[in-house]
Amino acid sequence: MSEKKMTAYDRVKLARAADRTNIMEYIEALFEDFLELHGDRLYRDDPSIVGGIATFHGIPVTIIGQRKGRTTEENIRFNFGMTSPEGYRKARRLMEQAEKFGRPIITFIDTPGAYPGIEAESNGQSNAIAENLAVMSRLKVPIIAIVTGEGSSGGALALGVADRVWMLENAVYSILSPEGFASIIWKDASRAAEASTVMKITAGELKELELIDGVIPEGNRSFPILDSLLVETLEKLRKQSGAELANARFRKFRRIDGLFDGKRGE
Amino acid sequence: MNIDDIFRQRRKRWDILLKQRTAAQEEQTECPSCHAVVETSKLREKRWVCPHCGFYLSMDPVSRIRFVCDEGSFRELFGNLPQQNPIKFPQYEEKLATMREKTGGNDAFLAGEARIRGIRVAIGVMDSRFLMGSMGTVVGEKIARLTEYAGKRKLPLIIFSASGGARMQEGLFSLMQMAKTAAMVEQFKEKGGLFISYLTNPTTGGVSASYASLGDIIIAEPDALICFAGPRVIEQTIGQKLPKEFQHAEFLLEHGMIDMVVERKRMRSTLHKILKLHASV
Ligand SMILES: [Zn+2]
Repeated sequence: MSEKKMTAYDRVKLARAADRTNIMEYIEALFEDFLELHGDRLYRDDPSIVGGIATFHGIPVTIIGQRKGRTTEENIRFNFGMTSPEGYRKARRLMEQAEKFGRPIITFIDTPGAYPGIEAESNGQSNAIAENLAVMSRLKVPIIAIVTGEGSSGGALALGVADRVWMLENAVYSILSPEGFASIIWKDASRAAEASTVMKITAGELKELELIDGVIPEGNRSFPILDSLLVETLEKLRKQSGAELANARFRKFRRIDGLFDGKRGE
Repeated sequence: MNIDDIFRQRRKRWDILLKQRTAAQEEQTECPSCHAVVETSKLREKRWVCPHCGFYLSMDPVSRIRFVCDEGSFRELFGNLPQQNPIKFPQYEEKLATMREKTGGNDAFLAGEARIRGIRVAIGVMDSRFLMGSMGTVVGEKIARLTEYAGKRKLPLIIFSASGGARMQEGLFSLMQMAKTAAMVEQFKEKGGLFISYLTNPTTGGVSASYASLGDIIIAEPDALICFAGPRVIEQTIGQKLPKEFQHAEFLLEHGMIDMVVERKRMRSTLHKILKLHASV
């Protein structure tokens, strides 16, 4: 398939493909000494989130991201990458730990959305996501977020308030799944392909809208490019003070208002 | 005056009286819960609580402000932010124009400064009639500016939420308003500001999962639906019917997610009490 002809929905399918590169492979390819850490210290360990410490070119970093499985059995265990409040709270715990030890944070986002279940709601899914958004906006260490597959809804954003947000070339990042969007807007989930186009969810479109900072090409060059981009970016970010980082991140999200024509009220 | 004239005059008066009564009766509202038809003026007087079944009808921002704030104290802010269509969604401008016409607001959020029993506050109210109170860039920007306004003037911040979540028609821009509003209230709170988040029916999705869950104090109205994923989505996922009380205000109180459930008639006195307890000495 040539790139020009690829539709947004083709990318949705690629982003969801069972053989898509997952977080464990990124960890294997890019980091050394990975040590997985578990649990939210409140209720349980959510296997849909992988979190831990590793070194990147000799620097300790904290890695957090959604995990999808290859087999049905794995997918059930990881809940298809749909995170529960416990997973977001584990992520938050590890981020605050990273801040304490001055470690940069790298997140890998790949989720069809936060888990819509009885227990997830009872245990405060809204609260867990909201707290992550708030905490990430003020952490005093570098944060880089990479959308590797599906970045769907608040469940993706809860790992996405970062100094740099990158997307893999065929990843998608959206307010809701195209199916969910089509069923809300047109009351017809089968119009997902059409929804994928009007929603503007591809890496290229979102870069143009300045909602993300970079697009990582896929294929053989993907790992080396990501590696050198991480080296270069972390070097830049680590030169800034904690307060400078937090301020810049705050302003980055404060600025997102969609007022392109420069016309303002008040 | 002969008897015929007296009757003629009386009939005239009866006609006028009847006309007046029909005019008064014309404005009626049906309760969405028990379907009783109630005179709108009576409902308004009862703070939009159904006198028959006690159901809380949704309250437009102007009525909300009237019941909460001191008479004549409200001054609107940021009411002239321009509308926009950041992802060029088809027919969105037309839809916005219709909504503006219908509600009289520039989007689904009314912001301003007011007084509650003499105490100055920054206050915002979502309008659930405007595209289900969804949060897009204008709502996000108004919340951000209101929070900055409160921070600069050291005013308590009160936001009444009533929203179906993030606004679909603005795509990822809407999702980013979650990060933006959460960051804004976090910074405001870090600097010592008091944020009272008031959740009304319904507060869901991208609104409940951002600033609205970050209040120093979180209040909900009785029976209000408050959730991340809506009941229908959950029923589809798990393939079974949900218990009736699930995701309603009292359920959230029981699960430790909110501080209190407050009846509408105690809304103003409760807010005043909280404000008084935080007044600088
Ligand atoms: Zn009723």
